[in-house]
Amino acid sequence: MIWNETKECMSRDEMEFLQSKRLVKTVDRVYHNVEFYRKKMQQVGIEPGDIKGIEDLHKLPYTTKNDLRDTYPFGLFAAPKSEIVRVHASSGTTGKATVVGYTRRDLDIWSECVARALTQAGVTRDDIIQVAYGYGLFTGGLGAHGGAEKLGAIVVPMSTGNTKKLTTMMKDFGVTAIACTPSYLLHIAEVLEESGSIPEIKLKAAVCGAEPWTENMRKQIEEKLHIHAFDIYGLSEVMGPGVACDCEYHKGLHVYEDHFLPEIIDPETLKPLPKGETGELVFTTLTKEGLPLLRYRTKDLTSIDYSPCECGRTLARISRFKGRSDDMLIIRGVNVFPSQVEAALLELGGTTPHYMMIVDRKNNLDTLEIQVEVDESFFSDEIRGLENLTKKIGHAIQNAIGLAAKIKLVEPKTLERSMGKAVHVIDKRKLV
Amino acid sequence: MFIKQLSVFIENQEGRLEQVLEVLKQEGINIISLSLADTSEYGLLRLITSDPAAGQAALKKQGFSAMLTDVLAVRLAHQVGRLQEILSFVCKAGLNVEYMYALSNKEGDASIICKISNGDEAAVLLKSKEVELFSQEDILRIFC
Repeated sequence: MIWNETKECMSRDEMEFLQSKRLVKTVDRVYHNVEFYRKKMQQVGIEPGDIKGIEDLHKLPYTTKNDLRDTYPFGLFAAPKSEIVRVHASSGTTGKATVVGYTRRDLDIWSECVARALTQAGVTRDDIIQVAYGYGLFTGGLGAHGGAEKLGAIVVPMSTGNTKKLTTMMKDFGVTAIACTPSYLLHIAEVLEESGSIPEIKLKAAVCGAEPWTENMRKQIEEKLHIHAFDIYGLSEVMGPGVACDCEYHKGLHVYEDHFLPEIIDPETLKPLPKGETGELVFTTLTKEGLPLLRYRTKDLTSIDYSPCECGRTLARISRFKGRSDDMLIIRGVNVFPSQVEAALLELGGTTPHYMMIVDRKNNLDTLEIQVEVDESFFSDEIRGLENLTKKIGHAIQNAIGLAAKIKLVEPKTLERSMGKAVHVIDKRKLV
Repeated sequence: MFIKQLSVFIENQEGRLEQVLEVLKQEGINIISLSLADTSEYGLLRLITSDPAAGQAALKKQGFSAMLTDVLAVRLAHQVGRLQEILSFVCKAGLNVEYMYALSNKEGDASIICKISNGDEAAVLLKSKEVELFSQEDILRIFC
Protein backbone atom coordinates (compact mmCIF):
# COMPACT_ATOMS: atom_id res chain seq x y z
CA MET A 1 0.00 0.00 0.00
CA ILE A 2 1.18 3.49 -0.83
CA TRP A 3 -0.38 6.49 0.95
CA ASN A 4 0.34 9.17 -1.67
CA GLU A 5 1.21 7.52 -4.96
CA THR A 6 1.49 10.81 -6.89
CA LYS A 7 4.28 12.02 -4.65
CA GLU A 8 5.93 8.77 -3.65
CA CYS A 9 6.25 7.29 -7.13
CA MET A 10 7.21 10.33 -9.22
CA SER A 11 9.87 10.07 -11.89
CA ARG A 12 13.24 11.56 -10.95
CA ASP A 13 12.70 14.46 -13.40
CA GLU A 14 9.32 15.33 -11.95
CA MET A 15 10.68 15.13 -8.41
CA GLU A 16 13.63 17.39 -9.19
CA PHE A 17 11.32 19.87 -10.89
CA LEU A 18 9.06 19.95 -7.82
CA GLN A 19 12.03 20.20 -5.44
CA SER A 20 13.52 23.07 -7.45
CA LYS A 21 10.25 25.00 -7.42
CA ARG A 22 9.88 24.51 -3.66
CA LEU A 23 13.52 25.32 -2.94
CA VAL A 24 13.23 28.68 -4.68
CA LYS A 25 10.16 29.46 -2.56
CA THR A 26 11.87 28.39 0.67
CA VAL A 27 14.98 30.47 -0.03
CA ASP A 28 12.80 33.45 -0.77
CA ARG A 29 10.88 32.91 2.46
CA VAL A 30 13.91 32.66 4.75
CA TYR A 31 15.72 35.54 3.05
CA HIS A 32 12.83 37.86 3.67
CA ASN A 33 11.70 36.58 7.07
CA VAL A 34 14.79 35.39 8.93
CA GLU A 35 17.57 37.85 9.67
CA PHE A 36 20.02 35.03 10.36
CA TYR A 37 19.67 33.63 6.82
CA ARG A 38 19.59 37.03 5.14
CA LYS A 39 22.91 37.92 6.78
CA LYS A 40 24.43 34.54 6.03
CA MET A 41 23.46 34.78 2.37
CA GLN A 42 24.71 38.34 2.11
CA GLN A 43 28.02 37.25 3.63
CA VAL A 44 28.60 34.77 0.83
CA GLY A 45 27.21 37.21 -1.70
CA ILE A 46 24.05 35.50 -2.88
CA GLU A 47 20.50 36.68 -3.31
CA PRO A 48 17.31 34.65 -3.63
CA GLY A 49 17.44 35.22 -7.42
CA ASP A 50 20.72 33.28 -7.61
CA ILE A 51 18.97 30.09 -6.56
CA LYS A 52 17.07 28.82 -9.59
CA GLY A 53 16.79 25.17 -8.64
CA ILE A 54 18.36 22.28 -6.76
CA GLU A 55 21.48 22.54 -8.95
CA ASP A 56 22.22 25.75 -6.99
CA LEU A 57 21.81 24.09 -3.59
CA HIS A 58 25.58 23.99 -2.97
CA LYS A 59 25.69 27.82 -3.00
CA LEU A 60 23.55 28.05 0.14
CA PRO A 61 25.01 28.30 3.66
CA TYR A 62 24.78 25.42 6.15
CA THR A 63 22.74 25.45 9.35
CA THR A 64 23.87 23.65 12.51
CA LYS A 65 22.34 22.82 15.88
CA ASN A 66 24.50 25.61 17.33
CA ASP A 67 22.75 28.13 15.06
CA LEU A 68 19.45 27.09 16.63
CA ARG A 69 20.95 27.50 20.08
CA ASP A 70 22.42 30.90 19.26
CA THR A 71 19.06 32.16 18.05
CA TYR A 72 17.21 30.62 21.04
CA PRO A 73 14.29 30.47 21.35
CA PHE A 74 12.46 31.70 18.23
CA GLY A 75 15.19 33.42 16.20
CA LEU A 76 14.97 31.16 13.16
CA PHE A 77 11.19 31.12 12.89
CA ALA A 78 10.05 32.28 9.48
CA ALA A 79 6.40 32.78 10.34
CA PRO A 80 4.85 35.40 12.64
CA LYS A 81 4.00 34.13 16.13
CA SER A 82 0.30 34.32 15.29
CA GLU A 83 0.84 31.58 12.70
CA ILE A 84 2.82 29.25 14.97
CA VAL A 85 0.53 26.75 16.67
CA ARG A 86 2.98 24.47 18.46
CA VAL A 87 6.57 24.23 19.64
CA HIS A 88 8.68 21.23 20.57
CA ALA A 89 12.12 21.26 22.14
CA SER A 90 15.05 18.92 22.34
CA SER A 91 18.21 19.14 24.39
CA GLY A 92 21.00 21.30 23.03
CA THR A 93 24.71 20.57 23.24
CA THR A 94 25.37 22.62 26.35
CA GLY A 95 22.13 22.73 28.24
CA LYS A 96 20.04 25.23 26.33
CA ALA A 97 17.16 23.59 24.51
CA THR A 98 16.71 23.63 20.75
CA VAL A 99 13.24 24.98 20.07
CA VAL A 100 11.30 24.16 16.92
CA GLY A 101 8.00 25.72 15.82
CA TYR A 102 5.19 24.58 13.53
CA THR A 103 2.39 26.33 11.67
CA ARG A 104 -0.90 24.52 11.17
CA ARG A 105 0.19 23.58 7.65
CA ASP A 106 3.50 22.26 9.01
CA LEU A 107 1.57 19.98 11.35
CA ASP A 108 -0.60 18.78 8.44
CA ILE A 109 2.46 17.93 6.39
CA TRP A 110 4.09 16.22 9.35
CA SER A 111 1.00 14.05 9.78
CA GLU A 112 1.03 13.31 6.05
CA CYS A 113 4.64 12.10 6.28
CA VAL A 114 3.96 9.91 9.31
CA ALA A 115 0.85 8.53 7.55
CA ARG A 116 3.08 7.56 4.60
CA ALA A 117 5.49 5.83 6.97
CA LEU A 118 2.71 3.93 8.74
CA THR A 119 1.27 2.89 5.37
CA GLN A 120 4.71 1.58 4.39
CA ALA A 121 4.53 -0.56 7.53
CA GLY A 122 1.18 -1.94 6.39
CA VAL A 123 -0.89 -0.01 8.93
CA THR A 124 -4.33 1.15 7.73
CA ARG A 125 -7.44 2.88 9.06
CA ASP A 126 -8.66 -0.51 10.26
CA ASP A 127 -5.81 -0.86 12.73
CA ILE A 128 -5.48 -0.02 16.41
CA ILE A 129 -2.12 1.59 17.14
CA GLN A 130 -0.44 2.27 20.47
CA VAL A 131 1.86 5.27 20.40
CA ALA A 132 4.43 4.55 23.09
CA TYR A 133 6.86 7.37 22.48
CA GLY A 134 7.01 10.06 25.14
CA TYR A 135 4.34 12.74 24.72
CA GLY A 136 5.45 16.27 25.44
CA LEU A 137 8.31 18.45 24.29
CA PHE A 138 9.84 15.43 22.56
CA THR A 139 8.52 15.18 18.98
CA GLY A 140 8.08 11.38 19.11
CA GLY A 141 4.72 11.05 20.83
CA LEU A 142 2.68 13.84 19.27
CA GLY A 143 4.37 13.36 15.89
CA ALA A 144 3.45 9.70 15.59
CA HIS A 145 0.04 10.48 17.06
CA GLY A 146 -0.81 13.06 14.38
CA GLY A 147 0.14 10.70 11.57
CA ALA A 148 -1.85 7.81 12.98
CA GLU A 149 -4.94 10.01 13.30
CA LYS A 150 -4.49 11.27 9.75
CA LEU A 151 -4.34 7.66 8.62
CA GLY A 152 -7.62 7.06 10.41
CA ALA A 153 -6.46 4.27 12.70
CA ILE A 154 -7.63 4.07 16.30
CA VAL A 155 -4.86 5.75 18.27
CA VAL A 156 -4.09 4.71 21.84
CA PRO A 157 -1.83 7.47 23.24
CA MET A 158 0.11 5.34 25.74
CA SER A 159 3.21 7.50 26.07
CA THR A 160 5.99 5.77 28.01
CA GLY A 161 6.43 4.48 31.51
CA ASN A 162 3.64 2.03 32.24
CA THR A 163 4.50 -1.24 30.55
CA LYS A 164 1.93 -3.25 32.50
CA LYS A 165 -0.93 -1.05 31.37
CA LEU A 166 0.44 -1.10 27.83
CA THR A 167 0.55 -4.90 27.61
CA THR A 168 -2.85 -5.27 29.24
CA MET A 169 -4.44 -2.88 26.74
CA MET A 170 -2.54 -4.50 23.91
CA LYS A 171 -4.30 -7.76 24.74
CA ASP A 172 -7.71 -6.34 25.70
CA PHE A 173 -8.05 -3.92 22.77
CA GLY A 174 -6.56 -6.26 20.19
CA VAL A 175 -3.88 -3.70 19.31
CA THR A 176 -2.41 -4.41 15.85
CA ALA A 177 0.39 -1.83 15.58
CA ILE A 178 2.78 0.01 17.84
CA ALA A 179 5.10 3.00 17.52
CA CYS A 180 7.94 3.21 20.07
CA THR A 181 11.70 2.98 20.41
CA PRO A 182 13.14 -0.41 19.38
CA SER A 183 14.70 -0.99 22.80
CA TYR A 184 11.38 -0.33 24.52
CA LEU A 185 9.65 -2.74 22.15
CA LEU A 186 12.17 -5.46 23.02
CA HIS A 187 11.46 -4.79 26.66
CA ILE A 188 7.71 -5.08 26.01
CA ALA A 189 8.35 -8.34 24.12
CA GLU A 190 10.16 -9.76 27.13
CA VAL A 191 7.41 -8.76 29.52
CA LEU A 192 4.88 -10.46 27.23
CA GLU A 193 7.09 -13.52 26.88
CA GLU A 194 7.51 -13.90 30.64
CA SER A 195 3.77 -13.85 31.24
CA GLY A 196 3.24 -16.24 28.31
CA SER A 197 0.92 -13.74 26.63
CA ILE A 198 2.44 -13.62 23.17
CA PRO A 199 -0.21 -15.99 21.71
CA GLU A 200 -2.92 -13.64 23.01
CA ILE A 201 -1.76 -10.50 21.18
CA LYS A 202 -2.80 -9.42 17.68
CA LEU A 203 0.14 -7.17 16.96
CA LYS A 204 1.35 -7.31 13.35
CA ALA A 205 3.56 -4.25 12.80
CA ALA A 206 5.87 -1.92 14.68
CA VAL A 207 7.29 1.41 13.56
CA CYS A 208 10.41 2.01 15.63
CA GLY A 209 12.80 4.91 15.76
CA ALA A 210 14.29 7.76 17.81
CA GLU A 211 17.41 5.74 18.54
CA PRO A 212 19.92 3.72 16.51
CA TRP A 213 19.30 -0.01 16.23
CA THR A 214 20.77 -2.88 14.31
CA GLU A 215 19.42 -5.30 11.74
CA ASN A 216 19.85 -7.97 14.42
CA MET A 217 17.57 -6.12 16.81
CA ARG A 218 14.98 -5.87 14.07
CA LYS A 219 15.11 -9.63 13.49
CA GLN A 220 14.95 -10.28 17.22
CA ILE A 221 11.83 -8.11 17.55
CA GLU A 222 10.21 -9.74 14.54
CA GLU A 223 10.90 -13.28 15.78
CA LYS A 224 9.86 -12.70 19.37
CA LEU A 225 6.58 -10.99 18.52
CA HIS A 226 5.84 -12.55 15.11
CA ILE A 227 5.46 -9.11 13.54
CA HIS A 228 7.09 -6.90 10.91
CA ALA A 229 9.22 -4.07 12.27
CA PHE A 230 10.08 -0.89 10.40
CA ASP A 231 12.70 1.77 10.91
CA ILE A 232 11.41 5.35 11.04
CA TYR A 233 13.81 8.29 11.05
CA GLY A 234 13.47 11.92 11.86
CA LEU A 235 14.89 14.77 13.85
CA SER A 236 13.02 17.56 15.52
CA GLU A 237 14.96 20.32 13.76
CA VAL A 238 13.84 19.03 10.37
CA MET A 239 10.37 18.03 11.61
CA GLY A 240 10.32 15.03 13.93
CA PRO A 241 9.70 11.34 13.21
CA GLY A 242 8.61 10.74 9.62
CA VAL A 243 11.41 12.31 7.61
CA ALA A 244 12.17 8.82 6.28
CA CYS A 245 11.02 5.23 6.85
CA ASP A 246 11.85 1.83 5.38
CA CYS A 247 9.41 -0.33 3.42
CA GLU A 248 8.76 -4.08 3.39
CA TYR A 249 11.97 -4.67 1.39
CA HIS A 250 14.14 -3.07 4.09
CA LYS A 251 16.66 -1.77 1.60
CA GLY A 252 17.10 1.68 3.05
CA LEU A 253 14.72 4.32 4.40
CA HIS A 254 12.61 6.23 1.87
CA VAL A 255 13.07 9.97 2.37
CA TYR A 256 9.97 12.10 1.80
CA GLU A 257 11.94 14.11 -0.69
CA ASP A 258 9.10 16.33 -1.80
CA HIS A 259 9.33 17.91 1.67
CA PHE A 260 12.94 17.29 2.72
CA LEU A 261 15.75 17.62 0.21
CA PRO A 262 18.64 15.35 1.23
CA GLU A 263 22.29 15.66 0.25
CA ILE A 264 25.48 13.98 1.41
CA ILE A 265 28.55 16.05 2.23
CA ASP A 266 32.06 15.41 3.39
CA PRO A 267 31.96 16.52 7.07
CA GLU A 268 35.60 17.65 6.88
CA THR A 269 35.71 19.65 3.64
CA LEU A 270 31.95 20.45 3.68
CA LYS A 271 31.84 19.72 -0.07
CA PRO A 272 28.92 17.73 -1.51
CA LEU A 273 29.89 14.13 -2.26
CA PRO A 274 29.06 12.29 -5.50
CA LYS A 275 25.87 10.20 -5.53
CA GLY A 276 26.16 6.94 -3.62
CA GLU A 277 29.08 7.91 -1.42
CA THR A 278 28.95 7.83 2.38
CA GLY A 279 29.12 11.10 4.27
CA GLU A 280 27.09 13.40 6.49
CA LEU A 281 23.38 13.69 5.77
CA VAL A 282 22.16 17.26 5.22
CA PHE A 283 18.52 18.34 4.83
CA THR A 284 16.93 21.41 3.33
CA THR A 285 13.25 21.67 4.16
CA LEU A 286 11.09 22.40 1.13
CA THR A 287 7.63 23.15 2.49
CA LYS A 288 8.09 24.18 6.10
CA GLU A 289 6.73 27.58 7.16
CA GLY A 290 7.48 27.78 10.88
CA LEU A 291 11.11 26.74 10.87
CA PRO A 292 12.44 26.25 7.35
CA LEU A 293 16.09 25.21 7.41
CA LEU A 294 18.68 25.51 4.67
CA ARG A 295 21.19 22.67 4.50
CA TYR A 296 20.79 21.50 8.09
CA ARG A 297 23.71 19.27 9.12
CA THR A 298 22.29 16.18 10.85
CA LYS A 299 25.76 14.79 11.73
CA ASP A 300 24.40 11.34 10.84
CA LEU A 301 26.63 9.40 8.47
CA THR A 302 24.93 7.53 5.63
CA SER A 303 24.66 7.24 1.84
CA ILE A 304 21.75 7.80 -0.55
CA ASP A 305 20.46 5.36 -3.17
CA TYR A 306 18.38 7.04 -5.92
CA SER A 307 17.35 3.90 -7.76
CA PRO A 308 13.62 3.03 -7.71
CA CYS A 309 12.65 0.49 -5.05
CA GLU A 310 10.97 -2.89 -5.57
CA CYS A 311 8.03 -1.55 -3.55
CA GLY A 312 7.18 0.86 -6.40
CA ARG A 313 8.34 4.02 -4.65
CA THR A 314 10.89 6.19 -6.40
CA LEU A 315 11.76 8.15 -3.25
CA ALA A 316 15.51 8.10 -2.58
CA ARG A 317 16.63 5.78 0.20
CA ILE A 318 19.17 6.46 2.91
CA SER A 319 21.08 3.44 4.15
CA ARG A 320 21.22 2.32 7.78
CA PHE A 321 23.29 4.90 9.67
CA LYS A 322 27.00 4.28 9.90
CA GLY A 323 27.61 6.49 12.91
CA ARG A 324 27.82 10.21 13.56
CA SER A 325 30.27 12.94 12.71
CA ASP A 326 29.95 14.42 16.21
CA ASP A 327 29.91 12.90 19.68
CA MET A 328 26.15 12.90 20.26
CA LEU A 329 24.75 9.77 21.90
CA ILE A 330 21.17 8.60 21.76
CA ILE A 331 20.26 6.96 25.04
CA ARG A 332 16.71 5.71 25.56
CA GLY A 333 15.70 7.99 22.71
CA VAL A 334 17.21 11.07 24.36
CA ASN A 335 20.00 13.01 22.65
CA VAL A 336 22.96 13.34 24.98
CA PHE A 337 26.18 15.24 24.42
CA PRO A 338 29.20 14.62 26.66
CA SER A 339 29.59 18.42 26.84
CA GLN A 340 26.32 18.59 28.82
CA VAL A 341 27.70 16.21 31.43
CA GLU A 342 30.92 18.18 31.54
CA ALA A 343 29.09 21.48 32.08
CA ALA A 344 27.04 19.96 34.92
CA LEU A 345 30.15 18.62 36.67
CA LEU A 346 31.92 21.94 36.23
CA GLU A 347 29.09 23.73 37.96
CA LEU A 348 29.35 21.42 40.96
CA GLY A 349 33.04 21.44 41.65
CA GLY A 350 34.46 24.56 40.09
CA THR A 351 36.89 22.36 38.21
CA THR A 352 36.05 19.62 35.76
CA PRO A 353 36.84 16.23 37.20
CA HIS A 354 37.81 13.48 34.83
CA TYR A 355 34.74 11.45 33.92
CA MET A 356 33.68 8.60 31.69
CA MET A 357 30.20 7.84 30.39
CA ILE A 358 29.55 4.14 29.97
CA VAL A 359 26.53 3.36 27.83
CA ASP A 360 25.28 -0.18 27.69
CA ARG A 361 22.15 -2.10 26.87
CA LYS A 362 20.97 -4.45 29.60
CA ASN A 363 17.75 -6.44 29.16
CA ASN A 364 17.24 -4.35 26.03
CA LEU A 365 17.15 -1.06 27.88
CA ASP A 366 19.89 1.50 27.58
CA THR A 367 21.84 2.18 30.75
CA LEU A 368 24.10 5.08 31.49
CA GLU A 369 26.77 4.98 34.15
CA ILE A 370 28.94 8.00 34.78
CA GLN A 371 32.23 7.36 36.52
CA VAL A 372 33.69 10.41 38.19
CA GLU A 373 37.18 10.60 39.59
CA VAL A 374 37.19 11.77 43.20
CA ASP A 375 39.75 14.54 43.35
CA GLU A 376 40.70 17.03 46.07
CA SER A 377 37.78 19.35 45.45
CA PHE A 378 35.24 16.54 45.82
CA PHE A 379 36.74 14.31 48.48
CA SER A 380 35.25 13.83 51.92
CA ASP A 381 36.44 11.72 54.85
CA GLU A 382 32.86 10.78 55.67
CA ILE A 383 30.79 8.15 53.88
CA ARG A 384 27.80 10.45 54.22
CA GLY A 385 29.76 13.16 52.45
CA LEU A 386 30.59 10.83 49.58
CA GLU A 387 27.03 9.59 49.36
CA ASN A 388 25.75 13.17 49.25
CA LEU A 389 28.27 13.88 46.54
CA THR A 390 26.98 10.92 44.50
CA LYS A 391 23.41 12.17 44.88
CA LYS A 392 24.37 15.75 44.03
CA ILE A 393 26.13 14.67 40.86
CA GLY A 394 23.17 12.45 39.98
CA HIS A 395 20.71 15.34 40.31
CA ALA A 396 22.91 17.73 38.34
CA ILE A 397 23.31 15.20 35.52
CA GLN A 398 19.59 14.45 35.43
CA ASN A 399 18.81 18.16 35.20
CA ALA A 400 21.34 18.61 32.43
CA ILE A 401 20.47 15.67 30.19
CA GLY A 402 17.00 14.64 31.29
CA LEU A 403 18.06 11.08 32.04
CA ALA A 404 18.81 9.28 35.27
CA ALA A 405 22.37 8.00 35.35
CA LYS A 406 24.10 5.73 37.81
CA ILE A 407 26.97 7.67 39.35
CA LYS A 408 30.07 5.80 40.38
CA LEU A 409 32.95 7.45 42.21
CA VAL A 410 36.35 6.14 41.21
CA GLU A 411 39.92 6.83 42.24
CA PRO A 412 41.87 9.61 40.55
CA LYS A 413 43.84 8.74 37.42
CA THR A 414 42.02 5.44 36.96
CA LEU A 415 39.96 6.51 33.95
CA GLU A 416 41.53 6.07 30.59
CA ARG A 417 43.38 9.08 29.18
CA SER A 418 43.84 9.41 25.47
CA MET A 419 46.67 11.17 23.77
CA GLY A 420 44.74 13.54 21.54
CA LYS A 421 41.07 14.44 21.97
CA ALA A 422 39.74 13.31 25.35
CA VAL A 423 37.60 10.20 25.24
CA HIS A 424 34.63 10.51 27.56
CA VAL A 425 32.36 7.81 26.24
CA ILE A 426 32.44 4.04 26.11
CA ASP A 427 29.46 2.77 24.16
CA LYS A 428 29.13 -0.96 24.67
CA ARG A 429 25.89 -1.27 22.68
CA LYS A 430 27.69 -1.92 19.38
CA LEU A 431 24.96 -0.33 17.29
CA VAL A 432 27.00 0.44 14.20
CA MET B 1 44.07 19.66 70.52
CA PHE B 2 43.46 17.92 67.24
CA ILE B 3 45.51 15.28 65.55
CA LYS B 4 45.82 14.69 61.81
CA GLN B 5 44.09 11.71 60.33
CA LEU B 6 45.05 10.53 56.88
CA SER B 7 41.88 9.68 54.87
CA VAL B 8 42.19 7.68 51.66
CA PHE B 9 39.51 6.93 49.04
CA ILE B 10 39.76 3.34 47.82
CA GLU B 11 37.71 1.68 45.11
CA ASN B 12 36.44 -1.79 45.98
CA GLN B 13 39.01 -3.57 43.89
CA GLU B 14 41.30 -6.43 44.58
CA GLY B 15 44.62 -5.36 46.01
CA ARG B 16 43.92 -1.63 46.43
CA LEU B 17 44.20 -1.62 50.23
CA GLU B 18 47.44 -3.55 50.02
CA GLN B 19 48.79 -1.00 47.53
CA VAL B 20 48.05 1.86 49.93
CA LEU B 21 49.88 0.04 52.70
CA GLU B 22 52.78 -0.68 50.36
CA VAL B 23 53.21 3.06 49.67
CA LEU B 24 53.27 3.81 53.38
CA LYS B 25 55.77 1.04 54.05
CA GLN B 26 58.10 2.38 51.37
CA GLU B 27 58.03 5.77 53.10
CA GLY B 28 58.79 4.16 56.46
CA ILE B 29 55.51 5.36 57.91
CA ASN B 30 54.14 3.52 60.93
CA ILE B 31 50.40 2.92 61.24
CA ILE B 32 49.15 3.47 64.76
CA SER B 33 45.47 2.90 64.22
CA LEU B 34 43.05 2.53 61.34
CA SER B 35 39.45 2.06 60.41
CA LEU B 36 38.03 0.97 57.10
CA ALA B 37 34.50 2.05 56.20
CA ASP B 38 33.08 0.23 53.24
CA THR B 39 30.16 0.66 50.83
CA SER B 40 29.32 -1.58 47.90
CA GLU B 41 31.51 0.40 45.52
CA TYR B 42 34.23 2.09 47.48
CA GLY B 43 35.87 2.24 50.86
CA LEU B 44 37.28 4.99 53.05
CA LEU B 45 40.48 4.18 54.86
CA ARG B 46 41.18 6.36 57.89
CA LEU B 47 44.66 6.15 59.37
CA ILE B 48 46.56 7.54 62.30
CA THR B 49 50.22 7.41 61.34
CA SER B 50 53.63 8.49 62.50
CA ASP B 51 53.85 11.10 59.70
CA PRO B 52 50.49 12.04 58.17
CA ALA B 53 51.79 14.80 55.88
CA ALA B 54 54.47 12.58 54.34
CA GLY B 55 51.90 9.79 53.98
CA GLN B 56 49.51 12.09 52.15
CA ALA B 57 52.23 13.36 49.82
CA ALA B 58 53.42 9.84 48.99
CA LEU B 59 49.89 8.57 48.34
CA LYS B 60 48.99 11.55 46.13
CA LYS B 61 52.14 10.96 44.13
CA GLN B 62 50.90 7.43 43.50
CA GLY B 63 47.55 8.77 42.31
CA PHE B 64 45.41 8.15 45.39
CA SER B 65 42.88 10.66 46.71
CA ALA B 66 44.22 11.33 50.19
CA MET B 67 43.41 14.14 52.58
CA LEU B 68 44.25 15.19 56.10
CA THR B 69 41.40 15.63 58.53
CA ASP B 70 41.40 17.01 62.06
CA VAL B 71 40.10 14.46 64.55
CA LEU B 72 40.08 14.17 68.32
CA ALA B 73 42.14 11.52 70.10
CA VAL B 74 40.61 10.95 73.51
CA ARG B 75 42.24 9.11 76.41
CA LEU B 76 39.88 6.78 78.25
CA ALA B 77 40.49 5.06 81.51
CA HIS B 78 39.78 1.29 81.45
CA GLN B 79 36.65 1.74 83.41
CA VAL B 80 33.06 0.64 82.91
CA GLY B 81 30.88 3.47 81.60
CA ARG B 82 33.69 5.92 80.80
CA LEU B 83 32.99 6.11 77.07
CA GLN B 84 29.27 6.44 77.75
CA GLU B 85 29.99 9.29 80.15
CA ILE B 86 32.08 11.16 77.60
CA LEU B 87 29.44 10.68 74.93
CA SER B 88 26.76 11.96 77.26
CA PHE B 89 28.63 15.31 77.39
CA VAL B 90 28.72 15.37 73.61
CA CYS B 91 25.05 14.50 73.20
CA LYS B 92 23.86 16.98 75.79
CA ALA B 93 25.69 19.72 73.88
CA GLY B 94 23.70 18.76 70.76
CA LEU B 95 26.76 17.44 68.92
CA ASN B 96 26.93 14.32 66.75
CA VAL B 97 29.60 11.69 66.37
CA GLU B 98 30.43 11.34 62.67
CA TYR B 99 32.65 8.31 63.22
CA MET B 100 34.78 6.70 65.88
CA TYR B 101 37.36 3.96 66.19
CA ALA B 102 39.79 2.60 68.78
CA LEU B 103 43.39 3.65 69.24
CA SER B 104 45.90 1.28 70.78
CA ASN B 105 47.89 2.74 73.62
CA LYS B 106 51.14 1.44 75.10
CA GLU B 107 50.45 3.08 78.47
CA GLY B 108 47.64 0.69 79.32
CA ASP B 109 44.71 3.07 78.94
CA ALA B 110 42.06 2.70 76.30
CA SER B 111 41.67 5.53 73.78
CA ILE B 112 39.55 6.48 70.84
CA ILE B 113 39.71 8.57 67.69
CA CYS B 114 36.53 10.41 66.91
CA LYS B 115 35.20 13.07 64.60
CA ILE B 116 32.41 15.16 66.04
CA SER B 117 30.07 17.40 64.07
CA ASN B 118 31.56 20.61 65.46
CA GLY B 119 35.17 19.74 66.26
CA ASP B 120 36.18 23.01 67.94
CA GLU B 121 33.14 23.12 70.19
CA ALA B 122 33.63 19.46 71.09
CA ALA B 123 37.29 19.96 72.00
CA VAL B 124 36.50 22.91 74.28
CA LEU B 125 33.64 21.01 75.85
CA LEU B 126 35.69 17.88 76.54
CA LYS B 127 38.55 19.88 78.01
CA SER B 128 36.14 21.66 80.35
CA LYS B 129 35.04 18.22 81.55
CA GLU B 130 38.69 17.31 82.13
CA VAL B 131 38.75 14.70 79.43
CA GLU B 132 42.31 14.23 78.22
CA LEU B 133 42.95 14.82 74.51
CA PHE B 134 46.15 13.72 72.86
CA SER B 135 48.15 16.13 70.74
CA GLN B 136 50.09 15.20 67.62
CA GLU B 137 53.29 15.14 69.71
CA ASP B 138 51.65 12.85 72.27
CA ILE B 139 50.79 10.45 69.50
CA LEU B 140 54.40 10.24 68.38
CA ARG B 141 55.68 9.93 71.92
CA ILE B 142 53.20 7.48 73.36
CA PHE B 143 52.20 5.36 70.42
CA CYS B 144 55.17 4.96 68.13
